[in-house]
Amino acid sequence: MTTRTRVPALGAEGWFTTDDQPTLLGRRCTSCGTYAFPKVDFGCPNPSCTGTEFDEVPLSRRGTVWSYTDAQYRPPAPYVVPGEEHEPFCIAAVHLEAEGLTIMGQVVAGVGIDDLRVGAEMELVVDVLFTEDDVDHLVWKWSPVTNASGSNEEVA
Amino acid sequence: MSGDVVVLGVGMHPWGKWGRNFVEYGVAAARDALRDAGIDWSQVQFVSGADTMRNGYPGYVSGATFAQALGWNGARVASSYAACASGVTAIEAARTRILAGMCDVALVVGADTTPKGFLAPNAGDRPTDPDWLRFRLVGATNPTYFALSARRRMDLYGATSEDFARVKVKNAGNGLANPNARYQKPVTVEDVLASPIVANPLHLLEICATSDGGAALVLASASFAARHAGTAGAPVRVAAVSTVTPTYPQTRIDLPDLATDSTAVVAEPARPFKESIAFAAYEEAGIGPEDLSLAEVYDLSTALELDWYEDIGLCGRGEAEGLLRDGATEIGGRIPVNPSGGLACFGEAVPAQAIAQVCEITWQLRGQATGRQVEGAKVGITANQGLFGHGSSVLLAR
Repeated sequence: MTTRTRVPALGAEGWFTTDDQPTLLGRRCTSCGTYAFPKVDFGCPNPSCTGTEFDEVPLSRRGTVWSYTDAQYRPPAPYVVPGEEHEPFCIAAVHLEAEGLTIMGQVVAGVGIDDLRVGAEMELVVDVLFTEDDVDHLVWKWSPVTNASGSNEEVA
Repeated sequence: MSGDVVVLGVGMHPWGKWGRNFVEYGVAAARDALRDAGIDWSQVQFVSGADTMRNGYPGYVSGATFAQALGWNGARVASSYAACASGVTAIEAARTRILAGMCDVALVVGADTTPKGFLAPNAGDRPTDPDWLRFRLVGATNPTYFALSARRRMDLYGATSEDFARVKVKNAGNGLANPNARYQKPVTVEDVLASPIVANPLHLLEICATSDGGAALVLASASFAARHAGTAGAPVRVAAVSTVTPTYPQTRIDLPDLATDSTAVVAEPARPFKESIAFAAYEEAGIGPEDLSLAEVYDLSTALELDWYEDIGLCGRGEAEGLLRDGATEIGGRIPVNPSGGLACFGEAVPAQAIAQVCEITWQLRGQATGRQVEGAKVGITANQGLFGHGSSVLLAR
C-alpha cells in the first residue's frame, strides 16, 4: 500500500490547518483589528487604517449559511473533476459571526440542496478537492451541523 | 443646459453567435451611430473604446482598433476595461472629456466575439488571481454567484421558481419586437421550468448566454448639438453617469471573490454596493426613482433582475416579487424594466452591453422603440455591475 501525500491545493497554501479540528487561517490587522480572509497582500483593507502588520488567526469553525447553491454542470478548468465523471456538489457561503466574514466553499459530498437553508449552522472540514497519482490536493469545505452532539463525522 | 452632454446618435450591430471578427460589429455599430447623429467620422474628436479580453491585442486597445478600422482621422483615443461595466467606463471617459471642454464630439464603441459555454478564466496556473482561484478551489462559476442571490431571495422573501421564470417570460415577450435581439421567441413559465437546472434554483433558460454584438454612441456637447442641424427636437441628455466602487466593508460575496470584507471593526455602509450604484447617479442628477419612466437593468439571471428592482429604488427590500406579480415592470405597467428584452433576449456581449442599454433608453426617450415603446418616456436609467467592483449606471432624460 502506497502512502498518500496530502497537500493544500495550489493557491490555498496556508489558508487552513489540517489537524482534527481544522480552521481557516485569516489575518487580523494589529492596528485596527479588522479581519480578512484568505490573506492580506497589500496592507489593511480598512480604508481608514494604514496598518501593514497582521497576525495569522484561526477563524471560527462554525458559522451560518448566508446562501447556497449547487453545481449541476461541470465547472470549466482550472476546476479539476475529482473522479471519472462530474458529480453535482453544493456550494455554500457561510457567515462567521465573530469575524464578520462570509466565506464560500464547497459543501461535503452527500449533502443536497434540500438539506440546506439560509441560517443553518455549518462547520468547517478539510477534504480532498481532487487526487493526482499519490497526491491528495486538499481544500476547506462546509459540512452541515446535524447530529445532537453538534459535531460532524470526520471527513476524508 | 449648455453644459450638458447629449446623445447625438446610437447604433447597434445585431446580437447573435456570428463568429466573426469583433471589429466588424463595432464598426457597423459606429457607422450606424454616426448616421443616426447625422455627422461625418471626420468630425469625431475622441474615440472611447470598451475593451474585450477574449480577442487578443486588438481587444485590449479597442479605441485605437476601431479608429483604425474607420480610417485614422487623428482623433484622440482611450480604451477602457471594467468587465461588464466597460461600456459605461468608456462612456464616462467621453463624457468627462466633453464636460472638460476638451472636445465637442466623441464616439463610444464596444463589441465582442465570445466563445461558447461558461465564461472561464484565461489558461495557465495563476494561483494569485482570484478569478482563477474561485474556479479551481470551489468550482464557482458565474451562475454560482447568481444562484446564491436567487436562493437567498427564496429563503428570505418567499420568492418561487415561478416568480423567477416570469422575469424571463416578460423579457422574452419584450424582445420579440427588438430587431437587435438574438432571441426573438416567446417563452412560457413551463419552458423555463422544464429546462435543466444549472445552479439551483436557476435553470438554463434563466441564465444569460454570451453573444457576439456591437453597440456605439455619438456623444456631444449640448452647444455642438444646438448648432448641429441633424438633430430633430430636444436631444436625449446624459443626466448622470455612475462608476462607483464599493465602500468598505463589501458584505456581499461578489464575483470573483471567495469571501466578503469583515464587519468586525467597520459596520456595513448604509447603502451596500449595488444600492450605491444607481443612488450615485440619482444624487448627481437630482432625479429620483419616482421620476423614472423605465429602466434597463443587467438581468444576468432572472433573479438578479429582481435584486435590481430593490437596488435602484423601485421598491423596498423583499418587495420585488410583488412588483413583478402586479405587472408593474411590464411595458404598460407603472415602471417597465428591460423593454429591450434585456440580457434574456440578447445574451451578454460584455463590452457592448452597457452601451446597448443606453441605446435602448435613447430610442425609448425619442419614441422610436417600435413595438416595445414605453409611452411618454421621459427619464430612464441603466444599471449594471462589473466584476472586481465596477458600478455602472447612466441616467438619461429628455
